[in-house]
Amino acid sequence: MTEEKVIIAKHLTRTFGKFIAVDHISFEVNRGEIFGFLGANGAGKTTAIKMLTGILSSSSGEAMVAGFDIKKQRNKLKEHIGYMSQKFSLYEDLTLKENIRFYGGIYGLSKKDIIRKTGEMTERLDLKNIENTLISEIPLGWKQKIAFSVATLHHPKIVFLDEPTSGVDPITRRQFWNLIYEAAADGITVFVTTHYMDEAEYCDRISMMVEGKIAAIGSLHDLLSKYDSKNMDEVFIKLAR
Amino acid sequence: MISIDNISKSYGNVRALNSISFKVNKGQLYGLIGPDGSGKTSLFRILTSLLLPTGGKATMAGFDAVDDYKEIRKRVGYMPERFSLYLDLTVEENLKFFATVFNTTIKENYHLIEDIYNMLEPFKHRRAGDLSGGMKQKLALSCALIHKPEILLLDEPTTGVDPVSRRDFWNILKNLQKTGLTTLVSTPFMEDAELCDEVALIQNGEILKIDTPEKIALDYPHRLWKVVSENNYRTLKVLGSYSNKISAFSFGNSIHLATGHDVTKTMIETHLNEHEVKIISIETIRPHIEDVFMELMSNDETLS
Repeated sequence: MTEEKVIIAKHLTRTFGKFIAVDHISFEVNRGEIFGFLGANGAGKTTAIKMLTGILSSSSGEAMVAGFDIKKQRNKLKEHIGYMSQKFSLYEDLTLKENIRFYGGIYGLSKKDIIRKTGEMTERLDLKNIENTLISEIPLGWKQKIAFSVATLHHPKIVFLDEPTSGVDPITRRQFWNLIYEAAADGITVFVTTHYMDEAEYCDRISMMVEGKIAAIGSLHDLLSKYDSKNMDEVFIKLAR
Repeated sequence: MISIDNISKSYGNVRALNSISFKVNKGQLYGLIGPDGSGKTSLFRILTSLLLPTGGKATMAGFDAVDDYKEIRKRVGYMPERFSLYLDLTVEENLKFFATVFNTTIKENYHLIEDIYNMLEPFKHRRAGDLSGGMKQKLALSCALIHKPEILLLDEPTTGVDPVSRRDFWNILKNLQKTGLTTLVSTPFMEDAELCDEVALIQNGEILKIDTPEKIALDYPHRLWKVVSENNYRTLKVLGSYSNKISAFSFGNSIHLATGHDVTKTMIETHLNEHEVKIISIETIRPHIEDVFMELMSNDETLS
C-alpha cells in the first residue's frame, strides 16, 4: 500500500519562535494524483512546501515524500522530486539548451540522457528554433511551459508547482494545465498551489490550509457538498473568513 | 483625468507598447486588464514620469507626463507591482516618511486612509519586512494615498494575493472611489474586470478592446455554452473534433464551448453521445471577460 502513497505526512509542524506556521498537519497524496494545495496568504503553504521538498527542517512530526524521510534522507529526496514556481524556475542568462543541460546535470542524468531528453522536449513543445535563445528573451507563457518540462526532465515521482501560472494569459494558462494532465497520466504526481479558483477545480483532490492547519481536504465534489457551495471560490471564502 | 494618446515604447528591438490610446474620466475606477508582459508596467511608468515614451503624448490631470513631471508627482499616488517600501522601517515610520516627503502629515490626511490603516494599527511597530503579503499591500496603498493624490495608479496590486484578500482590496478601492478619486488599476485576473467602471484589455502592447464590462460581454460574437460532464479532460478532446465548434476551453469544473448561433443543445448532445461522453448539463451562458479575452487573443495573428 505504501508504494501508492507519494506523500505521507504525520503531525508535521514548524514553528518560528512562538509562531506556529504549520500546526500538526497530517495528509496523504496518492501516486498520479493532481493535488491542489490551497490557502490564504500567510496560512503556512510555503512553509509546508519547503519542509516537503527538504529545504526547511521540521520542528516536529514526520513525512515521507517519494519514499524518502524528509528529515533523514533530504539529499536523496531532492533527486526524486521536481520543483518550479513563478518566481524561480529557469536561469534568465542561460539559453534554453543550457538550462536543460544544467538541470539535467543537477538531477543526475547522464550526458546521453540529457541530449536525448533535450531533443524530445524541444520536439514536443515545438521549440527547436529557439534552442539557443536566452531565457530572458522568451515570453513568460512559454517560459512557464519550459520550466515545467525542465522540472519533470528526470521523471520525478512528484513535482511541486508553487503558483506556476501567476500572471500568465488565459490561453497559456490552459495549455499549461494540459501539460499537468499529461504528466499525471504519465504517473507523475502533481502538487500545485494557485490563487486561480478555476484551476483548483481541475485537481483530483484539494486541501485548504487555514492558520497553519488543514481545514478541509477532499475532491471538488466532496468540498462543494460539504460547504454547500457552487464553486471553489465560495468554498475558499467560507473557509478563510 | 488621464489621457493617453498614441503612446509607444520600445526597448531596443522589443516593442513594449504599440501606439495605444485611451481616456480615464474623473472619478472612474478603470481597469487595465492583461497578462504579464503585455506592457502594463511600461505604461504605468510612463504615466508616473519614471520612463520616457518613444512616441505619443500622455497627460494626467492636464499635466504632460514628460514636461510637467513635478506637478504629476504631486498629484499622483503610485503603487508599483513590486513592494517598494522600506523593509527595515516600521509600518508607522514608512507612512510618516512618505507623508514628510510630500510636505504633509499623517494627521492631515488620516481620513483618507482610516479604513485601511485601522487594519494595520495593531502592527504599527512591526517592521514592514515582517508583514504578511496582504498587510504589505495595505501599507503600500496607505503610503500611496497619504499625500491626498487626485489620481491613484495601482500596478497589479492583487497578484499573488488570495481570493479573500483580493475581494477585500477591491472593496477598499470601491470605497476610495466615493471620495472622488480617479483610479487606474492593472490586473491579470480577468474576473476583476467586472468590478471596474470601464476596462481596456491589453495584450502584446496593443489594446484589444475598450468598453464597460457589461458591453464587452454583450459584444461576444458567438453563442456560448457551459458543458458539464463526468470527465472534462476527455470531453475537451471529443469537442476538439466537433465541426460546429468555434472554440472550447475549460473553466474550472466545466467547459465553455463557443458555436454559431444556429447550433442547438440537441446537436451538441448528439455529438457528445456519439462519443460516449456522460453529460451532466448543457446550458447557454453569458460570456465572462475571460471568454472575450481568449476570443480576441485567438483573432490576433501576431500570436500564432
